[in-house]
Amino acid sequence: MTSQIYEVAEQTVDETLRGKARGGYWLGVARQLRRDPVTMLCAIILTLIALAAIFAPYLSPLDPFQTSMVHRLKPPGTPGHWLGTDELGRDLLTRLLYGGRLSLFMGFVPVLIASLVGGTLGILAGYAGGWVNTAIMRTMDVFYAFPSVLLAVAVSGALGGGLINGLASLTLVFIPPITRVSESFAIQVRTQDYVEAARATGARAHQVLISHVLKNVSGPILVYSSSLISVSIVIASGLSFLGLGVSPPAAEWGLMLSDLRQAIYVAPVNAVLPGVIIFLTSMCFNLVSDGLRTAMNVKL
Amino acid sequence: MKPPAPNVPPALRPFGPDMRDVGGPRQPLYIVKDLVKHFTVGGGRLGRAAVVQAVDGVNFDVHKGETLGVVGESGCGKSTMGRLLIRLVRPDRGELILDGEEVGAPDGITVRQLQRNVQMVFQDSYMSLNPRLTVEDTIAFGPRANAVRRDEARERAHNTLTMVGLRPELFAQRYPHELSGGQRQRVNIARALAMNPRMLILDEAVSALDKSIGAQVINLLQDLKRHLSLTYFFISHDLGVVRYISDRVLVMYLGKVVEIGSVDAVYDNPRHPYTRALLASQLSMNATERRTKPPLLGDPPSSINPPTGCRFRTRCPLAEEICANREPELVGFARDSLVACHAATPGSGHASAPPLCPQHTAKASARMT
Amino acid sequence: MLRFAFKRLLYVVPVALGVTVICFALVYCAPGDPASALIPDNTPPAMAAQIRAEYGLDRPIPVQYLLWLSHVVVGDFGTSLSTQRSVVSEVVPAVLNTFKLACGAIALSCFFGILFGSLAAFRGGRPSDRAITAVGITGMSIPQYWLGMVLIVIFAVNFGILPATGMGDPSTATTGELLQHLILPTLTLAVVPTGIITRSVRSTVLETLQQEFVVALYARGLPTRRVVLHVAKSAAPPLLAILGLQFGYILGGSILVETVFTWPGTGYLLNNAIFMRDLPLIQGTVLVLAMFFVFINLVVDLLQMLLDPRLKRSRRQGD
Repeated sequence: MTSQIYEVAEQTVDETLRGKARGGYWLGVARQLRRDPVTMLCAIILTLIALAAIFAPYLSPLDPFQTSMVHRLKPPGTPGHWLGTDELGRDLLTRLLYGGRLSLFMGFVPVLIASLVGGTLGILAGYAGGWVNTAIMRTMDVFYAFPSVLLAVAVSGALGGGLINGLASLTLVFIPPITRVSESFAIQVRTQDYVEAARATGARAHQVLISHVLKNVSGPILVYSSSLISVSIVIASGLSFLGLGVSPPAAEWGLMLSDLRQAIYVAPVNAVLPGVIIFLTSMCFNLVSDGLRTAMNVKL
Repeated sequence: MKPPAPNVPPALRPFGPDMRDVGGPRQPLYIVKDLVKHFTVGGGRLGRAAVVQAVDGVNFDVHKGETLGVVGESGCGKSTMGRLLIRLVRPDRGELILDGEEVGAPDGITVRQLQRNVQMVFQDSYMSLNPRLTVEDTIAFGPRANAVRRDEARERAHNTLTMVGLRPELFAQRYPHELSGGQRQRVNIARALAMNPRMLILDEAVSALDKSIGAQVINLLQDLKRHLSLTYFFISHDLGVVRYISDRVLVMYLGKVVEIGSVDAVYDNPRHPYTRALLASQLSMNATERRTKPPLLGDPPSSINPPTGCRFRTRCPLAEEICANREPELVGFARDSLVACHAATPGSGHASAPPLCPQHTAKASARMT
Repeated sequence: MLRFAFKRLLYVVPVALGVTVICFALVYCAPGDPASALIPDNTPPAMAAQIRAEYGLDRPIPVQYLLWLSHVVVGDFGTSLSTQRSVVSEVVPAVLNTFKLACGAIALSCFFGILFGSLAAFRGGRPSDRAITAVGITGMSIPQYWLGMVLIVIFAVNFGILPATGMGDPSTATTGELLQHLILPTLTLAVVPTGIITRSVRSTVLETLQQEFVVALYARGLPTRRVVLHVAKSAAPPLLAILGLQFGYILGGSILVETVFTWPGTGYLLNNAIFMRDLPLIQGTVLVLAMFFVFINLVVDLLQMLLDPRLKRSRRQGD
């Protein structure tokens, strides 16, 4: 009797292997991504930008804080200053490279922290249900009542501005949406049969959460968070633009934009240059996040 | 005497407190007393809250080593029943007694201990297996969660895979999306077996499979039952499968048990009008069994507001006033054949009810003349 | 139906209260207490204590909150520390100005967003769809303050046809001039929401088109424009939610755009208030903007309930 079962199993082994993807989840996602040229291109661009920011001192020998009254507002293409200089005579290219560090940092870190905090809260709220869910989600609802930029500006402004306060206010802005999204994913996963089966083995809640819920929820949360990075970079630079982020003479893209605004009539090209890189970075992050979402949907 | 078992690996070592056969062969493995579970739906966005009486006062026994088939239409509560038995869902009222010991009572066993003895095999739905875990990890999760060492759990997983007919070297590292429906269902079974249970609750275990694959899985289940001395609680809407695999059958309607009996008694001589209608609705290849009228009209009433008295009376050809006033109780006939119907219960007052005691009546009338 | 409407209305109360708590708490996030902006450094402590008492800052915080709340509910938002005028008199004209921008922006983004999104969805997969999607993503990724600067450079600096800043003097300017001042800021404010709405409309409509009832409609021989009507009805509720969110986004984004264009709206007011550390003004402005957002969300939710037939049907079931 049992040998018959083996025979059948053998036959179907070949059939099922043919044409079906092998290997784990992330391998499949990577394979999907490789077939998406737009996403790959954007990912490469972003890597280059990040590397350029990290290795700024090696890429440009000039000092980003070196002012020069003589060389103010030189246009791009000037020998020695490939992208021109700003209103205080500092080399724009160098400041853009160094600025990348602060701008990317202020873009990533709030989303990272918010993902950890919001993800945990949302998963807890989704899995536990009951009063835990109500307590967490109603609190988030109150924060949701504020438009993001308004909340970021208000909190940052109230705290007094500066880098740390800016990071704190941005983290605060991103926690509610991530919590909400995590909660809805956790609820979807919780009702699946495999979670019921896991609970039926007498496993404790934390075991089920880690082995089953977390693995299936972390992917979608990651995709959602990645879509927030571009928003974070834009708002962070916006805070600096308003004077609420880093303070001069730091090199940061938003701050540079704000400083150069005064020169908009005199040297318009210089004035808009920092914004170009903010735009480019934001767009690349959006495209990568989209590509990631498509790759993971197709996979699932 | 069990037949010799080629190709089946040595039995799994039991883990945790060994609860094997505490009560003896005559003690039912599982006794269910007055089990009640109501769900509140709605409230909040949908307005007024409604109470679904999913399982409403159910009593039955499951004997050791038998297969108890459970049939009924959608919404009769059989799936909820299965989940109550394994305590995935908390009952509102009632007792669950495993081998003589009550679940949840201070002098009985805990839910965790229950779950080491009774496991569930789910329907092969798309999400019955965690898509992110390999087959091996999925099966090993149960033992690992019960303090079994990693390598031992892995070995256990491989053993159960072999038992269900899947070679571990081919299947252990696969992901669910790399399996066919029949293979996934075997993994479902292996997952349940890894906990070394005495009883399996099979909830529509073959309903999602093609008939030919389903037949193989049924045969596998029969083999496993023999070799591992299991007891089965087999929930299905497929009357043919239930007939093939069951020793006794339990028929449910709208949260209540309407008939229990041996499979032959229920299928060949159904006493409850609902059972009769259910069996008559089976499509047949036999041309002489052609019918023009459906045996059962209408949809089952909602379990939110079930009819008073006997719940089947709105669709029953034998319904009378007494059926609306009093709820019929499960009454036994021959040993272990129970029906809940006024028309079948002697002395109930129903016009078609059999007399209380025919000999008694004859003696009485003889004495009177 | 009225039942859920009532429940939804009831739900506004705790949210609104929570908003007031946060607005109130903003003031206390700052280092030092709220009065430190008023009190010069070398004031004798006795005088400083007197000033604090005057502003009620010597009472425990929950009491201060309740006092503040009791004023707010009747419309008294306090006095601006920098201008010494009532906060209300500062905020109201600013709100009106912001609304001039916001309404124009939401109308533009709504119109173009729905238009482009639907076009893209109905031509799914073809080059025009890809082009529109690309434009959508571009629009979404643009930093608004930068776009404002670029538009100023193009239209004000280069061509000199549109004014770069300000609103024009309301007493002397003609309608035409006022409109001229309105164009650039409104355009800037509208771009990002247009991008977002285009993408949302496209994905919602695509999803609806793939549903079986649409295939059934086509199979019955309905012309495309009738199908569009059906699809619109189905796609309307989620779309409303997006629009509500975008209105909030515009209210928030106005802070940056108004700064670039020196447009005297709430954003500009808030910016100045932050720099003057004029806490009552900050509180008042944030409170008004947040309350507007809460109100918009309420309206959107109620409209959704009205439009979503599934909710109507379940109402009947429960009766």
